[in-house]
Amino acid sequence: MDLVDRLLDGDRRALARAITLTENEDPLAGDLAAAVFPHTGRARTLGVTGPPGVGKSTVVDGLVHLERATGRRVGVVAVDPTSPFSGGAILGDRIRMRRGASDPGVFIRSLATRGHLGGLSWHTGSVVRLLDAAGFDTILIETVGAGQAEVEIMRYAVTTIVILVPGLGDEVQAIKAGILEIADILVVNKADREGADGLVRELEATLELGAGSAASWKPPVLKTVATADRGLDAVLAAAHDHYLYLESSGSLQARLERELNAEVRGLVRDLAGRAALDWARSAGAWDSALSEVLARRTDPRSAAAGLVTRFLGRVQRKSRP
Amino acid sequence: MSHAKVRVLVAKPGLDSHDRGAKVVARAYRDAGLEVVYTGLHQTPEEIAEAAVQEDVDVAALSILSGAHLTLVPEVVNRLRAKGADDVLILVGGIIPDEDVPALKEAGAAGVFGPGANLDEIVEFTLANLRRRGA
Amino acid sequence: MSNNPEGNRRCGPGGRSAQGGSDPCRPPAARKAPATPGGGVHLEVPEHRPGGGERRERFITISDREIRGLYGPEEIRDLDPHRDLGVPGDYPYTRGVHPTMYRGRLWTMRQFAGFGTAEQSNARYKYLLSHGQTGLSVAFDFPTLLGYDSDHERSRGEVGRLGVAIDTLADMEVLFGGIPLDRVSTSMTINAPAAVIWAMYIAVAEKQGVPSEALTGTIQNDILKEYIAQKTFIFPPGPSMRLITDTFAYGSERVPKWNTISISGYHIREAGSTAAQELAFTLADGFEYVRAGIEAGLDVDAFAPRLSFFFNSHSDFFEEVAKFRAARRIWARGMRERFGAKNPRSWMLRFHTQTAGVSLTAQQPENNIVRTAYEALAAVLGGTQSLHTNSMDEALALPGEKAVKIALRTQQILAEETGVANTVDPLAGSYFVEYLTSQMEQEALAYFDRIEALGGVVPAIEKGFFQREIADAAYRYQRQVQSGELGVVGVNRYVEDEPSRVELLRISPEVERRQLDRLRDVKAKRDQGRVRAALEAVRSQARGTGNMMPVFLEAVKAYASLGEIIQVLREEFGEYREPAIF
Repeated sequence: MDLVDRLLDGDRRALARAITLTENEDPLAGDLAAAVFPHTGRARTLGVTGPPGVGKSTVVDGLVHLERATGRRVGVVAVDPTSPFSGGAILGDRIRMRRGASDPGVFIRSLATRGHLGGLSWHTGSVVRLLDAAGFDTILIETVGAGQAEVEIMRYAVTTIVILVPGLGDEVQAIKAGILEIADILVVNKADREGADGLVRELEATLELGAGSAASWKPPVLKTVATADRGLDAVLAAAHDHYLYLESSGSLQARLERELNAEVRGLVRDLAGRAALDWARSAGAWDSALSEVLARRTDPRSAAAGLVTRFLGRVQRKSRP
Repeated sequence: MSHAKVRVLVAKPGLDSHDRGAKVVARAYRDAGLEVVYTGLHQTPEEIAEAAVQEDVDVAALSILSGAHLTLVPEVVNRLRAKGADDVLILVGGIIPDEDVPALKEAGAAGVFGPGANLDEIVEFTLANLRRRGA
Repeated sequence: MSNNPEGNRRCGPGGRSAQGGSDPCRPPAARKAPATPGGGVHLEVPEHRPGGGERRERFITISDREIRGLYGPEEIRDLDPHRDLGVPGDYPYTRGVHPTMYRGRLWTMRQFAGFGTAEQSNARYKYLLSHGQTGLSVAFDFPTLLGYDSDHERSRGEVGRLGVAIDTLADMEVLFGGIPLDRVSTSMTINAPAAVIWAMYIAVAEKQGVPSEALTGTIQNDILKEYIAQKTFIFPPGPSMRLITDTFAYGSERVPKWNTISISGYHIREAGSTAAQELAFTLADGFEYVRAGIEAGLDVDAFAPRLSFFFNSHSDFFEEVAKFRAARRIWARGMRERFGAKNPRSWMLRFHTQTAGVSLTAQQPENNIVRTAYEALAAVLGGTQSLHTNSMDEALALPGEKAVKIALRTQQILAEETGVANTVDPLAGSYFVEYLTSQMEQEALAYFDRIEALGGVVPAIEKGFFQREIADAAYRYQRQVQSGELGVVGVNRYVEDEPSRVELLRISPEVERRQLDRLRDVKAKRDQGRVRAALEAVRSQARGTGNMMPVFLEAVKAYASLGEIIQVLREEFGEYREPAIF
């Protein structure tokens, strides 16, 4: 496949097009994912999340800048919500990611959630793999976080950075508990504002309460002023430490196995389900099962179980010699 | 291609800071179900072309109110071509005198929308003139 | 007839058209003016509906304010004329800041101009002065407004285009060559780099032998509205506010007749705000500057008298007049009661007005002369201190000389022929105008509460509050025009097929080249050691807390360029980036 070769070769248009095909669930997307998979697993992934208005994009811009200074190539996936009314979206993260705008070592892609509720696009994982295969060393995933939704970012990012700012108020209080659980690094941005030290102390105290064993990772609480590039080097250093910790403790491998395991399991469920549905529809079994349910003669679960049983029987018959 | 969405880059080349029109158009596109990538102010032609490539947009809508359109539009087009992204539909909006329209079309702009252009017409024109997708 | 979007009211029984030939049931949007035989003008007189029927469901201003059919004494029951209006020249100044207003002195007719090279702008200024204009107003090109030199990559195609290009003091010397700076007042539309440009002006005056104490004029210097609406910002709010309070302090000591800020609603309105938003956000900015000045250790009465304002005059006549009158009252009360200012000059809101650029249409551009005239009338009846009237071709490009002259003549006709300058605040006491004035005031105060709840003006900016309010209003307006609910002649009413052509002023690419030549020349000839030392002084002052003005003065006199000085500040202060608000 020409597109894959070009992508592996670092062709930016090919990469961009591959991401589009993936997002659009194009029939080619499956082959594409299969072809790039052997070339993935190399990139370091960092998730950046937090409530709206905390300066996520500015932090990402600063981190990109610092990573570039060390020569590493950086990919960014920035996710914004799709309008539930029109299905359209305005993706504005590039506004703040200015320094990488014309740097050939940086690739920024904005994704809309397209109906996915988790704050990420359905295809975030696949897009990250495409960037990985295209040779980006560090991949930053930025997502709107406003509750438990951003928990999902942990699946794609080895290190999750949660950003807060002083003076956000009750809203943050409410989500803090959830946010602290997913954070590998906590950042108090806009730390030149009043209340920054208070927030740092508060976060540290809360972390202290939930601290695990002495050997486990303790999320550091770091202060930044991203608009002035202050404190971001410490964030990157902490991300590096976190990576080394995961590596040396064996968690990195365990985590990878867990995620791939979950992915394959999910796909089995998805593919088997789809195959069963396709068969049921084409065999006419679907309509009759559904009318039984509509007439309340059969409950939904029994109807589904019946369909699956018949589907499996058919599969077994076919596979007999 | 049931999940395909039309993607539009709304960009402000040059140094003029009048983003009212760009934002109103961005909203109209969103409300019509398109995905809009907004670049923010003060973009160079290179930055815009690069964003169009990375975001793999179908359309690049350039808003220019500074009068520098005859310099900036051809540069954006040239840079897109240089990157192989010549299938991107180029639209120009802003304060554009009638007599400059032929030159802009010559340079590669498919549509030029002046002050008071109708939002629905802009959206319709965009959807009717896409150069790729569906293929 | 059932497809008439205005429903049956217009076309039902009793509806009649004043013109036999026209169809009274035509939808309001995109009506074409039919060609009348003999080339006469087609008249369409709105029919009157007997029996209480009205032409529309809702009568609204362009700010989506619903207007009732009649106003009477009950609408102004709460108005205490002594407390709320006073007399002109007295607290709370609702009726004007001077007892005699235009009987004493007409408003200053100040046409914003500037384009191309300093030489071209200089010639335009002399032209305007010789035609009776009484003050200069300088427009700068985008690179200058954003602190880039003409040779910067981002300046390509923009040099001298929408204003004059200023790189070094040498450009400023040419710009004001042959113009005695002790005898003109100069208004400079410059914000983020205002302190440096002002330093250049002071330096040019010094070369002419004019002491800074004798200079009169205004620098716009209003960074808050840049974050809110106009977007020509460079630095984050903190250092930007410091530069502004530095000019307040320097001005009150060394340039006492200069207006060190022009707090501007104009751009907020142009960005699509409503009239009430323009009023509220501008005054909120104004109070924020006062607070910053006091926090910087200045005595409120030392700098508040030098604060001036700049408003838009848009097309809804009464709403605009009410806005101006409400602005004076709110400011006076806020300054006296909230900030404890003692000097009556600190209470007075003095303002410049420009007619609304966004109200101009590219279609049938001659109509813009008429629009501008009505808007100018609103500004004068609202008691403005100075006025810019837009030229008819500004929706298309930079104004040509003839269009500029007509715009100036529009003001002169207003002053000399209409009689509106004969008496002070003639609309006072109108039930409608007084009601609207009080409404405006209430709405502004409600906005102040919301801004306060967000933590003040700067936090509200960072949260995108103003930007979102304006974006919503702009989008609503666009949709109302599109649906025909709001009429714009030539755009959705009385549309003509043939676009009119106007004479356009073109900026030749030569301008950019000549400007680059001069910059190269200046940079080659200056004392490089002095430039380096001056820039280092700028850097170390920026790191400390001292007033920046003296180091700027030394740097510009050494012919350090604007771009070089601003670059040092970018490195020290950081750069501001807009929140993504739609």
